[in-house]
Amino acid sequence: MAKPKLGVFKFASCDGCQLSLLDCEDELLTVAGAVQIAFFPEASREYVVGPYDLTLVEGSITTPHDLEAIKEVRAQSKFLVTIGACATAGGIQALRNWKDVAEFTSYVYAHPDYISTLDTSTPIADHVAVDFELRGCPINKWQLVELVNALLHGRKPNIPTYSVCVECKRRGTPCVMVAQGIPCLGPVTQAGCGALCPAYNRGCYGCFGPMETPNLAALGEWWRSMGVDDRTLVNALRSFNAYAQPFREASDVYAQQA
Amino acid sequence: MSTPSKPETRAISVDYLARVEGEGSLKVRVRDGQVEITEFGIFEPPRFYEAFLRGRAFGDAPDITARICGICPIAYQMSSVHAMESIFGVKMEGALRELRRLIYCGEWIESHVLHAFLLHLPDFLGYQSAIHMAADHRAAVEKALRLKKIGNDIVNLIGGREIHPINVKVGGFYKVPTKRQLEELVPNLEWALEAATWAVELTAGLPFPEVEADYEYVSVCHPDEYPFNEGRLVSNKGIDVPVSEWNNVFEEVHVARSNALQSKVRARGSYHVGPLARYSLNFDKLSPRVQKLAAAAGLGKTCFNPFKSIVVRCLETVHAVEEALRLIDAYREPPRPDVPFTVKAGEGHGATEAPRGMLYHRYRLDDQGYILDAQICPPTAQSQMSIEDDLRRVLEAYIDLPDDQLQWRLEHAVRNYDPCISCATHFLKVEIDRG
Repeated sequence: MAKPKLGVFKFASCDGCQLSLLDCEDELLTVAGAVQIAFFPEASREYVVGPYDLTLVEGSITTPHDLEAIKEVRAQSKFLVTIGACATAGGIQALRNWKDVAEFTSYVYAHPDYISTLDTSTPIADHVAVDFELRGCPINKWQLVELVNALLHGRKPNIPTYSVCVECKRRGTPCVMVAQGIPCLGPVTQAGCGALCPAYNRGCYGCFGPMETPNLAALGEWWRSMGVDDRTLVNALRSFNAYAQPFREASDVYAQQA
Repeated sequence: MSTPSKPETRAISVDYLARVEGEGSLKVRVRDGQVEITEFGIFEPPRFYEAFLRGRAFGDAPDITARICGICPIAYQMSSVHAMESIFGVKMEGALRELRRLIYCGEWIESHVLHAFLLHLPDFLGYQSAIHMAADHRAAVEKALRLKKIGNDIVNLIGGREIHPINVKVGGFYKVPTKRQLEELVPNLEWALEAATWAVELTAGLPFPEVEADYEYVSVCHPDEYPFNEGRLVSNKGIDVPVSEWNNVFEEVHVARSNALQSKVRARGSYHVGPLARYSLNFDKLSPRVQKLAAAAGLGKTCFNPFKSIVVRCLETVHAVEEALRLIDAYREPPRPDVPFTVKAGEGHGATEAPRGMLYHRYRLDDQGYILDAQICPPTAQSQMSIEDDLRRVLEAYIDLPDDQLQWRLEHAVRNYDPCISCATHFLKVEIDRG
């Protein structure tokens, strides 16, 4: 049987999520043995035309060119998985969605007229059907290995959608909000990082995006009761997953009150 | 220089430059043997970091700017925290300063080995990728992957994870490792010292094109140390100023049809940052072992052949492994993970040495510590004019090669720089039009 063809495509992003595959030092050659790496320009000059059995898409849609390119990627893909906060939520560059992009362009570039960009940075799923998503800024490489493994065996990837709190309990990290009074986004953030930040005595900053049905209102009041001002609360919600719906809507509420 | 006139004209096109991180484009026109670069630019979509940093708290800068580049997040974290700390008058000393050097050693090892073996070596040996290379040289690729992983182990332990670590903050760290945790890295680092030495010997034996250039090399220079986080801006053509003088020495130029801002030395032009610049400006700060290895590899105290950057990356890897071992041996857990400071208004500058070259950050803060103004000059944007000069030299020297070989040689010339194209926020698709 022919090996499944893997394509890795990139839009606006830092390359960190696809680097996760190269960071699987112990598994890389095994994975490369199990699939045909047909298109992965960060790692290889080789270009094998589609269609691809598994397509990994990194990055968000920010230019008129990419708006068209993602449709072509979708058309060439059997199973399309978005990897990381840019592809699943628009990324940190979605902060433009609340601002005047013309002003942004003239702030950064001497010749704004050379710049072709959209007013928004949007997730892939806003433009084409997405079959599965891996969260995180960056993704967890073990979740990536699990995803590839699951697809090779025709089963659903085992990726939890509960909150970071569950991972803290499992790891045995005492709650940083309760025990140390550190504001934490863990209760509303999807697991996947292994509850890293609390284990380092800092609050979760939400890089895996909102969990299933998060209670943002309750967390916001909790933060306020700890003395966090609304500007800080808005900035905390508006980071790597700012444009994910629950974070976006809650940040808009607090921004009006700030 | 001038190639003999040829009657025919040819067109070559590279639509996507592989084995670099991010995207850019190169358009070349060849008419009667005369080479003209008509476009060299970045089509990495603009992400507007400097613009959206305005209004964010000073403490957000290390976490947000790390996302400019997934390959060298430590560099972004280091340049940003040092810029902020220069405003608040924080001086990093003792174990905290040493931990910052140690985590940087980890990023250098990881990034240098990734580039040298997974991205650059296949060009020398004629493979499409390291995975193709592994079919014939599996043991070597596995050895390199293990070496890379040891760099990542350092970043992981101190930073929490390899990509976008979470433990660096203005004033120090959230949590510091214990001596015992660091000591667990030692057996692997001792193996890594031998492996990195093997890497130098292997790459020194590669065939190198005889291409040299009169680069202006620029790096951070420290009186006693091979540079990571601290020092003055120094070049081999007369620059020697504190980091705060950056904008008086360099200027950023917005190139037509490009999302890139290119840096140049004011009133002079292109300059070159990265391993070759650091090596040529700081040779005497390298350890005796590295200096001896360099001599055995046939390198002098300076090196002006861009293709030999792969050897220098491996030499710097040896240096980083040695330095990591020294830092771990000397480490005493500090009483607290950070130093206290008072937030105040002001302007601050930070320049540190990312694996691929110097990275400059400047911030202006209000009295609450919110960012009013931000400027970030990534290494690839600084080397971009130099890359363009190299491409011209390679084109002139190899114009008679068949299209596919010429294209590969051009890509190879770009990869000499380990360009992090997404980090040039503001990179290669090659099109050669021979009429």
